[in-house]
Amino acid sequence: MIRVRNLHKSYRMGSNRLHVLKGIDLDVAAGELVSVMGASGSGKSTLMNILGLLDRFDEGEYLLDGVDMDGLSETKAARFRSRYIGFVFQSFHLIPFKTAAENVALPLYYQGVPRRERNGMAADYLERVGLSDRAQHLPSELSGGQQQRVAIARALVARPKVLLADEPTGALDTGTSREVMEVLQSIQSEGVAVIIITHEHDIADMTDRIVHLVDGRIDWDRPHSRGRGLERDLARPRAALTGAAASGAPA
Amino acid sequence: MFSWDTWQEIWDTVRRNRLRTVLTGFSVAWGIFMLIVLLGSGNGLRHGVEYQFRDDAINSIWVRSGQTSRPYKGLQPGREIQYVNEDYDEVVSRVEGVEYSSARYWLYGSQQVNYGKEWGSFSIRAVHPGHAVLERTKVLQGRFLNALDLREHRKVAVVGTLIADALFHGEPAIGKEIRISGLSFTVIGVFDDDGNDREREMIYLPITTAQRTFGGDNEIQQILYTTGDATLEESENMAESTKRILAENHTFDPDDPRATFINNNVENFQRMASMLDAIRIFVWIVGVGTLLAGVVGVSNIMLVAVRERTREIGVRKALGATPGSIVRLVLQEAVLITTIAGYAGLVLGVVVLEALARAVAEVEVFREPQVDLRVALSATALLVVAGAVAGFFPARRAAAIRPIEALREE
Repeated sequence: MIRVRNLHKSYRMGSNRLHVLKGIDLDVAAGELVSVMGASGSGKSTLMNILGLLDRFDEGEYLLDGVDMDGLSETKAARFRSRYIGFVFQSFHLIPFKTAAENVALPLYYQGVPRRERNGMAADYLERVGLSDRAQHLPSELSGGQQQRVAIARALVARPKVLLADEPTGALDTGTSREVMEVLQSIQSEGVAVIIITHEHDIADMTDRIVHLVDGRIDWDRPHSRGRGLERDLARPRAALTGAAASGAPA
Repeated sequence: MFSWDTWQEIWDTVRRNRLRTVLTGFSVAWGIFMLIVLLGSGNGLRHGVEYQFRDDAINSIWVRSGQTSRPYKGLQPGREIQYVNEDYDEVVSRVEGVEYSSARYWLYGSQQVNYGKEWGSFSIRAVHPGHAVLERTKVLQGRFLNALDLREHRKVAVVGTLIADALFHGEPAIGKEIRISGLSFTVIGVFDDDGNDREREMIYLPITTAQRTFGGDNEIQQILYTTGDATLEESENMAESTKRILAENHTFDPDDPRATFINNNVENFQRMASMLDAIRIFVWIVGVGTLLAGVVGVSNIMLVAVRERTREIGVRKALGATPGSIVRLVLQEAVLITTIAGYAGLVLGVVVLEALARAVAEVEVFREPQVDLRVALSATALLVVAGAVAGFFPARRAAAIRPIEALREE
């Protein structure tokens, strides 16, 4: 689904250039549940923005569903986003003056889906995340976990091929985090590639594959069995770097 | 472009930002309102001036004699100048551009007029047929004086409506025999005049008849004529040559300011008209300035709005909104607000003008303040376009928002 080769990205900071991604190679297949870990500044957010077509890359290759994503115009990028990619953010980013149902229906609006159909689909997806009874509530009337579930329903309603979640549980307590993760795990079975950016071991432990970024490069990338804990992964090679990754949690 | 969903989107943002919307709308409505009221008031002044000139022909020149104030060719100052029929004939035939003309021979004071047992005192004006045009006399019954009346020295009279009412009490006036200072005249017409009541208490007689009957000989007091479509300059030339003819006939200094009085309505009207034009230009400048302020206000507020909504726009873009759809979202809101507010200002302005018109109905210098609906509508259309322009820059900025930056956690 996602194929990335030798991806480079740098930002200009005044007169300096900040080289953030220094040659990333990554393949994610449909139906995979991957977590991307790394200390802050390791480039994981930049990687997600590029994968989500919210930002451009300088060098390398990015194929999404076999289509080259290099040098897309804003409008084309928007079209691809709307068809292929769903986003879940740490702070939910629901539109505050729209009800849960309206928020969920919004991506369909940008796809040009007729209103009636849109509302039906929004209701379906709210039901899937267990929030049918909250459809007419404004985000401010929902708990954090509920808001994030609405956000997930919104990310899924357009039937994306890739779901990108940036610290989806960063603002939630452990119990709600688990609920949210369960929802994300359930999507997997529908062939959606789910990529979760996180620095929480518990969260990464609930995924099937962990990609560990250090300083703009992939330090290691290996399959993981859920619930096994991360200690063994982190303890394995490159002792010096794993130490940094393990302690480099919150920013 | 305006689908139900678009309306829904705009309505959502408008509802959420009531204060901002109201302020934006207010600045626009105020701009249009001021423009309408100013333009309407300008028109009111204009109508007022036109009203002042209502009962006389605008393109007319009025000549009246005076007393010399300068010695000329050995003659002492202080001579009374008395015009005669020959002066009138010469002016009419020699001054180029004279259209309708008349002399006036006055019977001083008012004359007793009898009809049966009824009687009253009224003013008499003895004139030529052209006088009807100069005074804008409106004949209601019968006819005005004609050339034949003058040539045959007919003893006929045209009376004002008030006289007809006073003497005949609604009976048909035509053919009635009235006595003016004991002499019998036949009424051939009844007229009305837009001027004051004095004009409606007037009796017009053929100038020839009056001169003979009342011992005027060939004396006249006034010469008046219309200038056709002469320009201001041409009318001034006509006045000047009139003065020269009279000065020559009566041997006085043509530059003597007191020997002859010439009232050039063309000049008066032009002067007023150019003052009005100045007022109108001023009004437009002020109005357009107010409008511009409104436009800048809209632009400003939309910029602020876009800033406020940076994050929301970022989310929308992440959810697949194209830059075009973001531009439309902002633009449509701007256009909608300016349209509705502009229309409200328009209606309010017209209402105020109407109220004003009613309040000043009796004031002569300020009448019928009203605004050309086309002007009002095109001002509103202009404002809508301006609203679109005002919204365009903020919209473009909104479309350029990069979702990553907008969504970055602070």
